[in-house]
Amino acid sequence: MRGSLKRVFATAWHTPSGQVGAVTLLLIALVAVTITPFLPDPRIMPDLSGGAAPPSFAHPFGTDAFSRDILSRVVHGARVSLSIAALAVALSISLGAAVGTTAGYFGGWVDAVLMRSVDAAMAIPRLFILLLLVLVWERIPPAALVAVIGATGWFATSRLVRGEVLRLRELDYIRAAKALGAGSPGIIFRHVLPNTLGPLIVAATLGVGEVILLEAGLSFLGLGIAPPTPTWGGMVHDSESLMATAPWTGLFPGAAIVITVLAVNLWGEAMRAAVDPRTA
Amino acid sequence: MTPLLEVTDLVKHYLSRGLFRAGLPTRAVDGVSFEVGRGETLGLVGESGSGKSTIGRTILRLDEPTGGRAVFDGVNVFETDRETLRAMRRKMQIIFQDPFSSLNPRMAIGSAVAEGMEIHRLAPKAEIPERVAGLLREVGLDPSLATRYPHEFSGGQRQRVGIARALAVSPTFIVCDEPVSALDVSVQAQVINLLRDLQEHRGLSYLFIAHDLAVVRQISHRIAVLYLGRIVELGTTDQIIESPQHPYTQALLSAVPEPDPRRQRTRIVLRGDPPSPSAPPPGCAFAGRCFHSSKNARCTSERPEQRTVAGRQVACHHAG
Amino acid sequence: MSSPSTPLLEVRDLRIGFPNPRGGEVFPVDGVSFRLDRGETLALVGESGCGKSLTSLALLQLLPPPGRVLSGSSIKLEETEILSLRGEALRAIRGRRIAMIFQDPMTSLNPVLTVGSQVVEALTAHRRWSRADAKARTIALFEEVGIPDPAQRFAAYPHHLSGGLRQRIMIAMALAGEPDILIADEPTTALDVTVQAQILELLDRLRAARGMAVLLITHDLGLVAGRADRVAVMYAGQIVEEAGTTDLFERPSHPYTRGLFRSIPRLHESVLRLSPIPGTVPLPSAWPSGCRFHPRCAEVLARCSTEAPLNTELETTGPARRTRCWLASPLPPRA
Repeated sequence: MRGSLKRVFATAWHTPSGQVGAVTLLLIALVAVTITPFLPDPRIMPDLSGGAAPPSFAHPFGTDAFSRDILSRVVHGARVSLSIAALAVALSISLGAAVGTTAGYFGGWVDAVLMRSVDAAMAIPRLFILLLLVLVWERIPPAALVAVIGATGWFATSRLVRGEVLRLRELDYIRAAKALGAGSPGIIFRHVLPNTLGPLIVAATLGVGEVILLEAGLSFLGLGIAPPTPTWGGMVHDSESLMATAPWTGLFPGAAIVITVLAVNLWGEAMRAAVDPRTA
Repeated sequence: MTPLLEVTDLVKHYLSRGLFRAGLPTRAVDGVSFEVGRGETLGLVGESGSGKSTIGRTILRLDEPTGGRAVFDGVNVFETDRETLRAMRRKMQIIFQDPFSSLNPRMAIGSAVAEGMEIHRLAPKAEIPERVAGLLREVGLDPSLATRYPHEFSGGQRQRVGIARALAVSPTFIVCDEPVSALDVSVQAQVINLLRDLQEHRGLSYLFIAHDLAVVRQISHRIAVLYLGRIVELGTTDQIIESPQHPYTQALLSAVPEPDPRRQRTRIVLRGDPPSPSAPPPGCAFAGRCFHSSKNARCTSERPEQRTVAGRQVACHHAG
Repeated sequence: MSSPSTPLLEVRDLRIGFPNPRGGEVFPVDGVSFRLDRGETLALVGESGCGKSLTSLALLQLLPPPGRVLSGSSIKLEETEILSLRGEALRAIRGRRIAMIFQDPMTSLNPVLTVGSQVVEALTAHRRWSRADAKARTIALFEEVGIPDPAQRFAAYPHHLSGGLRQRIMIAMALAGEPDILIADEPTTALDVTVQAQILELLDRLRAARGMAVLLITHDLGLVAGRADRVAVMYAGQIVEEAGTTDLFERPSHPYTRGLFRSIPRLHESVLRLSPIPGTVPLPSAWPSGCRFHPRCAEVLARCSTEAPLNTELETTGPARRTRCWLASPLPPRA
């Protein structure tokens, strides 16, 4: 990890993929914030008998089977999908950082036990764990979904952080802190963790894209957030039967997923390149 | 007067742990004894693999020793509990070679200097900035730079920060682990002068580790020459530089580049490389490269013990 | 001009530009000129950041991107302008006419290939060899560079070898193309002093035996004494002084060179205080106006901060002496 976070952001910004990703994300955020107040309530079903209407001046993205405004549902869905993604990633990154730092810094049997457990956990497909857990709920509450995705998403992060900590542990400023008489918590929080931030932020960004897709996938399987709360995956799920007659009902939320995930990944990839000294 | 630090028979072996095989231990330090007096600088000279940096780190227990004793101010550092050790670290400090990896890139240099004082609660919080300013001034840095980050400094300036960080806890003994070898020539001398001034004003003792004999001789009162984890010669600076007795010391001195074309001596160019510390040869470790005229079978079978030759300690069967 | 004959290599007004992260461009090498004759060793000496390594990389068009050589620069290998070469023509020069060895022999060798196969690769890059011949030639090269048990070492991997042996392998690889010029960029900095001496001795022996010219890039003035014929001292992207080795050591004419000499710790004298050069080496983005050394100079004049000194030729009986300093007394006008 070279230099400050500021420099990582700056370097990432100066790559084509970083710029496309960042600008797209900013546009999405800007649109979501500015037009939300002007949109109808996404849960209102103004005309139950009207069915799905194609895009029009009144409804730029058309309406769904319950005559709900799709633009409004996509924008509101962004809030739900993105906050679930953000919270789940925050949880998984924290867990990964905690486990990785503990294993890397203390080494020995602590390291062996933690990392072998991670190896075992990684051998189980994540979707299988998720399916198993959502069996408990008919329709999962958002908080539980965040907890479940977060708790199953930190394995790779813990390995990443452990590797970084193993490297940092051998640096002289860590030795200097020890020689000054600093204890382990002090060294970890002052010297180790702040220097793993670069790779962590990259992992987090790429994680957001992954979780948006995961949530969409779960919703699509009918295992996501309960309706009528709009989520992108849920909307694609609901459009399944209408795909032939009213393709716009799935097209716009689907496009929202693709564009957002692509933008997040472009930005994440640009930051990964900026953090990786081999690409210097 | 008892010496400040007395190291006896220090041993440090590293185990190369593999999954399926227990590798041979690397004998990084293999029975080293020396003393450092109060206000004295002992130079520790050797090439890579001689164990010189390992010695510095084990004395401070940044690496755990395999055997031996290190008595500092009457206490054996190798046998103290954690609390005593933490307290002792106030008195024993270290400065490092690499000015880039020795400072935390995310910490302003003022905070780096303050850290030791905060850990040991050496000053009320309100007084710390003033103390930091004083320390920065003492090492020749402008106190207004305290809020800057390491990447804004040159190598020499970073090295000064590292020195200020060590001084913050008012140590009596500092391990200087190659403190100038990563610096430009024009800056090296600045740091050496600083270290000498600090020794004079604060009565510090140094263990000065380096590979460059010309640097070591400028600051050391006595010099120990290491080869493959053992001391081959230990004497006063004049003894070592002007009349070296061990063939390895002679070769090392001869290899020092002399910036004077008229003073090109007949060089002793050693053949080959030092043997591996995981498979040291029996007898004298230097025997394979030795050019001494009376080299014989004894050199490759019997390990030479230290003996006094011309007033200094030498580990060679034939010296003198 | 000191010699009427065409030099083997002549660098004129070399300028290298890099984009400045804060906008604009910086010039870490800024108007470097020197010549290298057959069979001689020229040492390019300077501290970190003076531009000595970039200069050597530019000689083979190996500048790391986004660096560029500015137009108006010229690097001539006999009659050929290297800077205008591209593709095949450039490859024919690299290794074949000018070869290079680097500071760190560990990262310059591929860790997953045997050292023998890497030298064979260097051989076959320039002409066809049968397998047996290539192997025999490689072993002969190993012998020439003083590798013990050359036949056995052929199948060794880099991590089996010590730093000194790895540097010898690098030298063998450089010799594979029978180059006229060997650029040695800090060839001994990563090595122990006793091994350092061996490698320098080897380079000198090869130069004499093969009539090769050696461009020795180093930060260590002490290394140069008794090994180089001429020395060019670089500071802040420019050659500030150029002279025959004896001249330079006995009568250094630039205050920076004098400062360097004073700051070198001597083995056989112990002084109360060393005399460092105050301050630090400036960055290319902040090179001082006028003479670039003036903020650190002990003999600074009023004009030094505003007017860049000319490259003045000095009187000598040895190789040409030039210095960039207002204090230097120029040659008397020629009759």
